[in-house]
Amino acid sequence: MTYAERGLRESATFDRATIHGIQRAAATGVYDIRGWGAKRALPHFDDLLFLGASMSRYPLEGYRESCGTDVVLGGRHAERPLHLDIPVTIAGMSFGALSAQAKEALGRGASEVGTSTTTGDGGMTPEERGQSRHLVYQYLPSRYGMNPDDLRAADAIEVVLGQGAKPGGGGMLLGQKISPRVAGMRTLPEGIDQRSACRHPDWTGPDDLTIKIAELREITDWQKPVYVKVGATRTYYDVKLAVHAGADVVVVDGMQGGTAATQDVFIEHVGIPTLAALPQAVQALQELGVHRRPDGVQLVVSGGIRTGADVAKALALGADAVAIGTAALIALGDNDPRWAAEYDALGSAAGFYDDFQDGRDPAGITTQDPELAARLDPVLGGRRLANYLRVLSMEAQTIARACGKSHVTHLEPEDLVAVTLEAAAMARVPLAGTSWIPGTTGGL
Amino acid sequence: MDTMTDPLTDTTRLDLAELTLREVNRTLHEMTSGEVVVTNPRGAHSVAAGLTAPLLVTIAGHCGYYAAGMNQLADVVVEGTAGVGVAENMMSGSVRVRGNASQSAGATAHGGLLVVEGDAAARCGISMKGVDIVVGGSVGHLSAFMAQAGRLVVRGDAGEALGDSIYEARLYVRGTVASLGADCVEKPMRSEHLAELAGLLEAAGFTDDDPASYSRFGSARGLYHFHADNAY
Repeated sequence: MTYAERGLRESATFDRATIHGIQRAAATGVYDIRGWGAKRALPHFDDLLFLGASMSRYPLEGYRESCGTDVVLGGRHAERPLHLDIPVTIAGMSFGALSAQAKEALGRGASEVGTSTTTGDGGMTPEERGQSRHLVYQYLPSRYGMNPDDLRAADAIEVVLGQGAKPGGGGMLLGQKISPRVAGMRTLPEGIDQRSACRHPDWTGPDDLTIKIAELREITDWQKPVYVKVGATRTYYDVKLAVHAGADVVVVDGMQGGTAATQDVFIEHVGIPTLAALPQAVQALQELGVHRRPDGVQLVVSGGIRTGADVAKALALGADAVAIGTAALIALGDNDPRWAAEYDALGSAAGFYDDFQDGRDPAGITTQDPELAARLDPVLGGRRLANYLRVLSMEAQTIARACGKSHVTHLEPEDLVAVTLEAAAMARVPLAGTSWIPGTTGGL
Repeated sequence: MDTMTDPLTDTTRLDLAELTLREVNRTLHEMTSGEVVVTNPRGAHSVAAGLTAPLLVTIAGHCGYYAAGMNQLADVVVEGTAGVGVAENMMSGSVRVRGNASQSAGATAHGGLLVVEGDAAARCGISMKGVDIVVGGSVGHLSAFMAQAGRLVVRGDAGEALGDSIYEARLYVRGTVASLGADCVEKPMRSEHLAELAGLLEAAGFTDDDPASYSRFGSARGLYHFHADNAY
């Protein structure tokens, strides 16, 4: 008999996952640490729909009329801005959190379609630099592996202030993943838990950030674009301050953004959804007069991007590009059913595996175990990622053409409606079938 | 551009009253050897940041933030005080501050020698990753916070929470320590530590100090593995 047939009723408040969490906490006395991003249902791009052209708008022919996808990031101050062929980039993920094979595969896939990858906590590997046509070097609070030579070897610098999965939180790479190479790069003993500070050690606020960005420009002779990445919280203010501090590009990571390892309570309860953050960021850029201008500040949005529809919706709401992390790992083979038996043996299942911190990823992606890591073929993984990135771009183009646009960044909020009140209010687009945008008379 | 080289001393003079910071730093970045004096820094930020050659650079006056930031190979002397983050993320070479330094001196630095002849403010040596830092006077609170590797020598006193969450760096203090941070403990001064300290003091030019008058501090290694009792 099923639970329902037996008359058993699950509590909405104390559902099975909640009960399990309480039991686990009671047994261990330690909070749950895991990878991945928020798993709770949040207002998201799925709650928006495009208004394809009919009579009042004129669509473009799918296979005959072109629809551009290229984007230039960092033309405000840098002598060498990034010219990307598609508006989808790879978000920062560290060697350490990911295997060397996974990092190489990300570089191969991104380079094949002309977009960028990003380093992460722990520094730059030669493999990553070698395989990435455009590589963004993250400048993080921990400064693990921070090397000025790598700074100069990068194509752009991303000053990381926060991450969507854990705004305000530091990093935590558990000892299981600290191989001799990872430990060496981070100047720490092998096998110990590596804590990362939640804030930068040598500046304490936006005024200091201005000076820090100027220093990075001096060191790199003003050639590289400087990004500033924030976790989505007080996005309107953070974006304004980032622009004032001199950012060429602002990266806003919503709370659906992934992580290698942090507290579950942090992932699920800190930050705001990507959908809520994006219009705030655009408003800030518009008020400063730097949105969608050749000499302006570009906006990259990340946090739960999965499909070309998500890409198109983010661009329509005002992003210049999006970044993907979790989706890129899935494209490489993360949570692939071919490893189902091994996921089961770890107490998880294909499609549910999020214990990236344990370093026992059967797919060889979120691990430093040499045998597991060897399962991922970087060439094949790169090809799969390239395929996926192409699909994202083609899907976004298809939608853009249907809306009558000759470039994906010509999509605009007018092309969108929302199917829920929450999404309409957050995205600042009308509820479908109405002209009503909830909250438009309110504040931020 | 007002770049002058004295034919007698072969010293290049870069005057920040006449040149922009960009012009000064570009010139320094293009040089592969030699001696340079940067005059009139007047508190400018990022002076001599990003050097990559074995230059001898004297900054004749007070500096703002990030003086000699990320230095590689060069020997830099600040003839005055230094602002926040002097020699931050230094990789090699040396930086000497004749006066006092503001907070976060030598932050995240991987190598080389930083000498502050006066006092250094809070968070001196924060997240240091292999640099040697010798402070002639005292350091402020949270110095050597999350220090990973390298040595910090304090000839005066240390403020509160010294060495909080420290990893494998070694700390030597001659004066008093207001308090130790999480997981930082006093350790015995064995012969190898006395010898190490003597070498550091000599390199910094403080040869009159008796290494035996110093105390050593380091990690209790209690935070190295995450468990329930690690909540502070």
